[in-house]
Amino acid sequence: METSTITTTTNPIDSKVQKKSKFKFFFRKLSKSWTGMLGFGIIIILIVLSLFGQWIAPFDPMDAPLRDRLLPPLTDGHILGTDQLGRDILSRLIAGTKVSMIIGLATALLAGVVGTIIGVTAGYFRGWVDVVLMRIVDVQLSFPFILLVLVVSAVLGAGLTNIIISLAVGGWVIFARVIRSEVLAIREKEFITAAIATGVPKLEILVRHILPNIFTPIIILVSLQMGTYIIAEASVSFLGFGVQPPTPAWGNMLNEGKDYIFGSWWLITFPGLAIVLTTLGVNLFGDWLRDTLDPELKGE
Amino acid sequence: MTLLEVKNLKKYYEISQGLFKPKVVVKAVDNVSFSIKKGETFALVGESGCGKSTTGKTLLRLTGTTSGEILYKGKDLLALSAEKMRSLRAEMQMVFQDPYASLNPKMTIKQILMEPLRVHNKFQPEERLEKILKILEIVGLSKEHLDRHPNEFSGGQRQRIGIARAVILNPDFIVADEPVSALDVSVQSQVINLMLELQKEFGLTYLFISHDLSVVEHMTDRVAVMYLGKIVELVDTEELFANPKHPYTQALISAVPASHPKEVKERIVLKGDVPNPANPPSGCTFHTRCPFAMDICKSVVPALTEIESGHITSCHLYTNNKEEK
Repeated sequence: METSTITTTTNPIDSKVQKKSKFKFFFRKLSKSWTGMLGFGIIIILIVLSLFGQWIAPFDPMDAPLRDRLLPPLTDGHILGTDQLGRDILSRLIAGTKVSMIIGLATALLAGVVGTIIGVTAGYFRGWVDVVLMRIVDVQLSFPFILLVLVVSAVLGAGLTNIIISLAVGGWVIFARVIRSEVLAIREKEFITAAIATGVPKLEILVRHILPNIFTPIIILVSLQMGTYIIAEASVSFLGFGVQPPTPAWGNMLNEGKDYIFGSWWLITFPGLAIVLTTLGVNLFGDWLRDTLDPELKGE
Repeated sequence: MTLLEVKNLKKYYEISQGLFKPKVVVKAVDNVSFSIKKGETFALVGESGCGKSTTGKTLLRLTGTTSGEILYKGKDLLALSAEKMRSLRAEMQMVFQDPYASLNPKMTIKQILMEPLRVHNKFQPEERLEKILKILEIVGLSKEHLDRHPNEFSGGQRQRIGIARAVILNPDFIVADEPVSALDVSVQSQVINLMLELQKEFGLTYLFISHDLSVVEHMTDRVAVMYLGKIVELVDTEELFANPKHPYTQALISAVPASHPKEVKERIVLKGDVPNPANPPSGCTFHTRCPFAMDICKSVVPALTEIESGHITSCHLYTNNKEEK
């Protein structure tokens, strides 16, 4: 009886059911970990803020009525107060969310793609290609990350695209290293030998057998590195090389606020908190993702 | 008719022990020669680490070879270009020991079985699914399993999938590397019987690598016994179990559990362990553990000699050197 009901189920319905249960599976897993939930919640809030920020923000982040300068929090509708030019800090933070998210995501994607390509090439083809690429990685890893980003962004000049490029130039090595070691582990697996024995061409083994099996570490690494890039962007902007004022970014808000740190603490506190919370959220979610996905995707 | 002939096959591994120490050479496969007839099941037997799996892998060029010749239907496999070898793989397949490691966990059964057909461009794309369904039915799985992943199956079912993958291209020759040793005893017999059925149906030739002598006795035609990278005895299966010549073979066979509780078996227990393959004993490599060791065994390597028709062994007990005892 049972088998007959299974066979009569048509395919599209079947796959729909499966998709739904995958979502359910994700949320069921997530609900078991409060840190994962917290991280996921923060990320959702950040995404909403960066997508719909301009309608949520109570004031125009660029509007600077000088008579309202340095208002403390909770005065005249300025929930987090105003800065030295009278701009609403909450509105500027919300506008800065977009910048941070774009930079974090774009850098992680760019560095991830470049680093993955290089790591896979080194790990799969081995030989002199591997030696050359990994020595380059070694050399770059011996430089402090933030210093390298500063140098590159000083050369390229300020601007959103340039800061993304310089962060990616500094960040691809991590991806290359981690992905290479993943590939090294996978290529020794017996199913790769089986694919060779079947007669699958070398490049196809890479695409069909190795890449799908390193997808999980890539995703985990992207989510964890995003936090690093958001902090790095803030540091670079703080030092004046990154996103230029008056465009609101958390880093340059810190920079401008530091001169008023004794008189008006709110200028520097709230951007700092935003950076901390964002990084915390991204990292909590990334950690949860790693813990859930890493042990061989058992439940799936 | 000979399907595959192996001549003086050698596979040495060099192990570097540090910058200033000389490299150590491990002779995993040392001068192995045998031939496999079309349609038979040829067994390679030995303890773990004796080089039987390495031999199987070199035959399919899954690992490099130090020297020697592998003639498949008269063609020297080692001389073929990578691309020619790749297309020849449609004729020679492999079943792996560990069904948990040999199937890609990210692929569905359909993708796993489609792959060989696709890369060798067999059948029209529309016919391929039909072929897959047919082969699934032969190995005892069904249509509902198509979209599942390997981790949803038991060990025995996975090994059936592995076997299905190997036979779907209608190969002539299959290397089965301990195909049942990772399975429960109850499932072992099912898989073995499946392999025997497939052999009958498709006229397959097997190289069956195993350490399980009762399985070997049940399903193979001829046996080569390996010890430390060398073949020490090669003979028909029946003859081997009835009349083992080499002391090592005798010890192995005496270790097979008795099939009847009242049957009394004389048990030959070997002393010591398998010597370190990086530093094998001089002369006959078995002399350190052999109950019949003579002086000559320590210095002279015994040659493989045909002591009775079709019965080859390498032991000084059966050569003219015997008198020196």
